[in-house]
Amino acid sequence: MSDAVFTPSQPSRIRLALRKPGFVVGILIIGFSVMLALFPGIFAPYDPNAIDYLAVRQPPSWTHPFGTDLLGRDSLSRVIWAYQVNMQMAVLATVFALVIGVVVGALVGYYRGIADLIFGRVVDAVITFPFLVLVIAVVAVLGPGLINMYIAITLVGWVYYARLMRAEVIAQMGNDYAAAGIVMGYSDRRIIFRHLLPNAITPVIVYWMTDMALAILLGSSLGYLGLGAQPPQSEWGVLIAEGRNFISTAWWLSLMPGIAIVLTGLGFSLLGDGLADLLRPRG
Amino acid sequence: MSMEDQKPILEVNELNTTFHRNGRALPAVRDVSFSVARGEVLGLVGESGSGKSVTLRSIIGLARRYGDVTGQVRWKGSDLVAMPDRVLRHKQGREIAMIFQEPMTSLNPLLTVGLQLEESLRAHTDLQRKARHDRAVEMLDLVGIPSAAQRLKDYPHQFSGGMRQRVMIAIALAANPKLLLADEPTTALDVTIQAQILDLILRLAQDMDMGVVLVTHDLGVVAQTCDNLAVMYAGRIVEQGPVRDVLRAPGHPYTVGLMRSVPENLPPRTPLSSVPGVPPSLDALPTGCVFAPRCSSCIEPCLQDRPALTLITDRRQVACFNPVTNAKGNVA
Repeated sequence: MSDAVFTPSQPSRIRLALRKPGFVVGILIIGFSVMLALFPGIFAPYDPNAIDYLAVRQPPSWTHPFGTDLLGRDSLSRVIWAYQVNMQMAVLATVFALVIGVVVGALVGYYRGIADLIFGRVVDAVITFPFLVLVIAVVAVLGPGLINMYIAITLVGWVYYARLMRAEVIAQMGNDYAAAGIVMGYSDRRIIFRHLLPNAITPVIVYWMTDMALAILLGSSLGYLGLGAQPPQSEWGVLIAEGRNFISTAWWLSLMPGIAIVLTGLGFSLLGDGLADLLRPRG
Repeated sequence: MSMEDQKPILEVNELNTTFHRNGRALPAVRDVSFSVARGEVLGLVGESGSGKSVTLRSIIGLARRYGDVTGQVRWKGSDLVAMPDRVLRHKQGREIAMIFQEPMTSLNPLLTVGLQLEESLRAHTDLQRKARHDRAVEMLDLVGIPSAAQRLKDYPHQFSGGMRQRVMIAIALAANPKLLLADEPTTALDVTIQAQILDLILRLAQDMDMGVVLVTHDLGVVAQTCDNLAVMYAGRIVEQGPVRDVLRAPGHPYTVGLMRSVPENLPPRTPLSSVPGVPPSLDALPTGCVFAPRCSSCIEPCLQDRPALTLITDRRQVACFNPVTNAKGNVA
């Protein structure tokens, strides 16, 4: 027998998470999507707005893998350039809602009282309506366009983050470290933002991933309806809308951006699942 | 050790704490009065839900966040109950510290114990960074954590329950408080560790000349560690006095019942004695003595009026119309 000391090897959390194929696929999809969004010029074979009347509505071929649209623009290039807009949507339509929701949720969860009661009514009022209906209503007031769309989604979306954060902060308050912070005489701000928030934010981060997928879907829907990105900008919803009248003759016009939406949404969902595993507290 | 000549540092007078749930008032603490002197340990015992923890939380200003606290908590010439949060904050942690029952959750799992110790020092002392670090090592050393300097970088999950409770004590005592409120500090620990932690608390209380209020439901712990004892039932103190006197000749039937239910020095297979019945619900207290429905020596007046806490001998108080005169428990 050797006198080697037995030390139970504990694989790191990250390594454990990376054993899940779903998480890896999610990382790859989102990683590649981010690359496409950052450097569309490198990946796109053509100028997305270059019109070629001699090659209108061509089916997929070696020269145009996704075919061409009714103005002869290369569909693949347009789908790739759309990554810029749609990935930006995923971030900009959610990040402000995330920040506002986390702060508001942490505050009402910590202080409770009247603010919490009012917050509860606001939540009730907002979740009574389907998300899309509320957003369309706000866009209708503000006018169509990407910026207004971000404002509209933020105005509605923060509520979902806030109620998640509130519930988690209240759960964390049940742990004695919160009470210990109070009896140590620490300021409320310190207890909320240094102690409670980092412990409570995990589910919010996971939800954020899912929400980015939803934001892309929502942004595309609004683009399709003409309330979001405006043509001739390349955006998946806009592209699908442009192809909808030719669905029986030029199916690729709507299908390709549709696949991009599905793929990116899938990527964010897998990433969210993986993160949930990674961040879940272990006994 | 005689405490008679010592002036109390903490005086609790007529403390009442009421919580409100679904429109009903729950009197969690009623007319509680006691005092603690420097270097003195007061044991607060009772069943779960008897108001021990709420009493502590009312003293240090936690309970008033969730309920109404009235009465007086005299501390260094001021009243903690009437004190605004802003002022109270400078007493909490600096002059009065509290440790909790559950060492698994009383430390922030995301911060190293070093950071959490330093946080306490930064809040309550003027020490500079280097001095804070040295003091943090010194405190961990003081509470008996081996290789303290290295362990500052460890996270709470890298400590065992007993070690975590030691860390908790180090954090609570870092600023040299003069009163320690200990809320069942050993209940969640192994029996062997319990004794170590109690010894540690008592030793530090002596060394730092600190008053201690020790909440526990373990009479054995009280007998070993406390100078004075207060027995709580349904939010009230039913008996208090010097530990030895109370345990030698308990006056309240409830105290007798508690002492009988300590499983010590019994031959094998002796059925455990217990107080029959359950404590009353706080929103449906009996009109007379709160203990009357479970009491074996209940007499007529017990059902009509509530007995007040009255002096029966020099320093002993009992709230009972028909106190026990010759009882023997198996603790003293």
